[in-house]
Amino acid sequence: MAKIKLSEKKIQELKDVCKTFNNDKGELINVLHKAQSLSGYLPAEVQEVIAKELNVSVAHVYGVVTFYSFFTMQPKGIHPVSICLGTACYVRGAEKVLEEFKRQLKIQVGETTPDGKFSLSCLRCVGACGLAPVVMVGEKVFGRVAPDGVADIIAEYNT
Amino acid sequence: MNMVKLIIDGKTAEVPENTTLLKAAKTVGIDIPTLCYFELKDMNIENRPGGCRVCVVEVKGRRNLAPACNTMVAEGMEVYTHNIRVLNARRTVLELILSDHPAECLTCAKSGSCELQSMAQQLGVREIPYQGEQSKYRKDTSPAIIRDVDKCIMCRRCEMMCNDVQTVGALSAVNRGFMAVVAPAFEMNLEKSPCTYCGQCVSVCPTGALTEVDHSRNVINALADPTKTVVVQTAPAVRAALGEEFGLAPGTLVTGKMVAALRRLGFDYVFDTDFAADLTIMEEGTELLDRLTRYLKGDKDVKLPILTSCCPGWVNFFEHNFPEMRDIPSTAKSPQQMFGPIAKEYFGKKLGIDRKNMIVVSIMPCLAKKYECQRDEFKVDGDPDVNYSLSTRELAHLIKASNIDFNSLPADDFDNPLGESTGASVIFGTTGGVIEAACRTAYELYTKKKLEKVDFKELRGLENVRHATIDFDGLPINIGIAHGLGNARKLLEDIRDGKSHFHAIEIMACPGGCIGGGGQPYHHGDSEIIKLRASALYREDAGKPIRKSHENPFIQELYREFLGKPCGELSHHLLHTHYFDKSAGVFVEE
Repeated sequence: MAKIKLSEKKIQELKDVCKTFNNDKGELINVLHKAQSLSGYLPAEVQEVIAKELNVSVAHVYGVVTFYSFFTMQPKGIHPVSICLGTACYVRGAEKVLEEFKRQLKIQVGETTPDGKFSLSCLRCVGACGLAPVVMVGEKVFGRVAPDGVADIIAEYNT
Repeated sequence: MNMVKLIIDGKTAEVPENTTLLKAAKTVGIDIPTLCYFELKDMNIENRPGGCRVCVVEVKGRRNLAPACNTMVAEGMEVYTHNIRVLNARRTVLELILSDHPAECLTCAKSGSCELQSMAQQLGVREIPYQGEQSKYRKDTSPAIIRDVDKCIMCRRCEMMCNDVQTVGALSAVNRGFMAVVAPAFEMNLEKSPCTYCGQCVSVCPTGALTEVDHSRNVINALADPTKTVVVQTAPAVRAALGEEFGLAPGTLVTGKMVAALRRLGFDYVFDTDFAADLTIMEEGTELLDRLTRYLKGDKDVKLPILTSCCPGWVNFFEHNFPEMRDIPSTAKSPQQMFGPIAKEYFGKKLGIDRKNMIVVSIMPCLAKKYECQRDEFKVDGDPDVNYSLSTRELAHLIKASNIDFNSLPADDFDNPLGESTGASVIFGTTGGVIEAACRTAYELYTKKKLEKVDFKELRGLENVRHATIDFDGLPINIGIAHGLGNARKLLEDIRDGKSHFHAIEIMACPGGCIGGGGQPYHHGDSEIIKLRASALYREDAGKPIRKSHENPFIQELYREFLGKPCGELSHHLLHTHYFDKSAGVFVEE
């Protein structure tokens, strides 16, 4: 795990987040939620600051971060790719689409490409079942995606 | 208190409301098996996450089976603890746990005292029908504790001890589902965590997932080396518990047999850490009186209360959590670490033995002692003052492996000069004992009067935090005592916030003190065993001809011949230490 030093400003931001929740250890999940929205992920340094502010052990914070799939310790790519694995998408072949993204981007679910451009995640139902299988890149929704259409989607962002 | 009536296996039980089915069943002679459940009665320690489901029972009218450890009684409940549905479920649960457990019982360090093993025996499991993937995780070896997470059954007892009781926060359950493990933050090794090596996680682990680092091999090799003089010291709490490993009743004192066994093992000199405990009282007591006298004279720089520093788990704890207060504890080394330099620099030199050719082994109820003896400040040119520290359990194994019939051994006496000790030093092994020993000596040194009543009963007991005022001939001395690091934390926070009115505080990291240490024979949650060990030590104290540390003739000789005076120059060099700030986060640089 690479060691990064948080800036004074960043640390203050995190302290402020904790403060809005009265530094209450019962609000850990909400604090983490908010902290993740600040930089897209929860590196170890951020967890240490939060642990100290809420007076809980770092091990406990890490336990919560690793329990909930929503929290991530990996920085998201510039273009976060999410593949819907909800029932409708799944039965219409979403898994094959996911495999194709993994193969072409050479990363696993939860990872980010070394150039920081793409990250890959799965989600459950975006409410567009009529378009199944669905892939989201950032906020944009791609419908009826087939494995042979994956290359085109990547190319659209790879310029 | 409202009483509730219910029927368990056809028997009527009447218990107070808010009693668990598990405890209610016990009142009518029904012993429901448990695995994750853990309790140390009267010590405020309980773990009932309801996670393993081994204790499931059928409650009439309830759709699913109920975990008995976590379900409260209700009026008119009808409970079945061994009908066919329950028996099948319990067996399946156990078989599933076993299906993800390495079948390494033959070589596992916990074999014979493993609760999972006993449970498999109790339920008569003869094959494991489920063959699937097994968890694989790296082994983590620290200076004192080994984590072998593959053997973990996620009972969460260690997590409860580490967080709720000790407030150390080194361990937490991380990840989820099949990938879940108990680990330090960011799944780093224990050595990089705030772990104090108190070993309470090891004490309560039902399986071989948490065990001590075993140094018996090193000791066997040293004993076989003809160029080495091997000296052993035994901590007070060991003699009150070692017998349990040989089937003797808890609370049986085996001091004489232990000495005889050590001599048969081939140690050249069998000495007593108790001697060093008497020495600790001389140094720590003198330091207390010095600070007290300066304080009474109006010296504003003097730090009070003074905190005891005998317990290495406690030292690690304040170095990690309260480094800004590290000038408050006594600078006196622990008895183990006082013994080392006295053995090598005084006794060894007297005999003309070079310190490199002397191996000092300690037998301790403790796992933190393994780390303590490896600390750099306790070495001279790389040679540790104490070479190896073995737990009570390791000593028992060593005795068994050396064909010694422990129970038939005639009692033997310690060697002199480092084997003579007083009653004061014996009670070092139990909570309240160090401060009682200190009071016996400090009273006489301060008042210059003879202490008639040496038993300070007000300092004894098992309450989490205790306080008492001792009359030093008109001067009231306020004493605080805490055992368990969570209780210690409360006293420390009071000091930090300026709310403490104590002059002296004794702290031991383990519940009950050293008698409940992480290196002791497993108590499996029976707090009676810890109480019996304590009473054994008080019994040994009462039977000693000398009961005040400063009256130990060999201690007097040591000062006359070698050290000069307590807290003198040589004492400072050999018997005192300093503490470090270990609070730095692993990632965040301040």
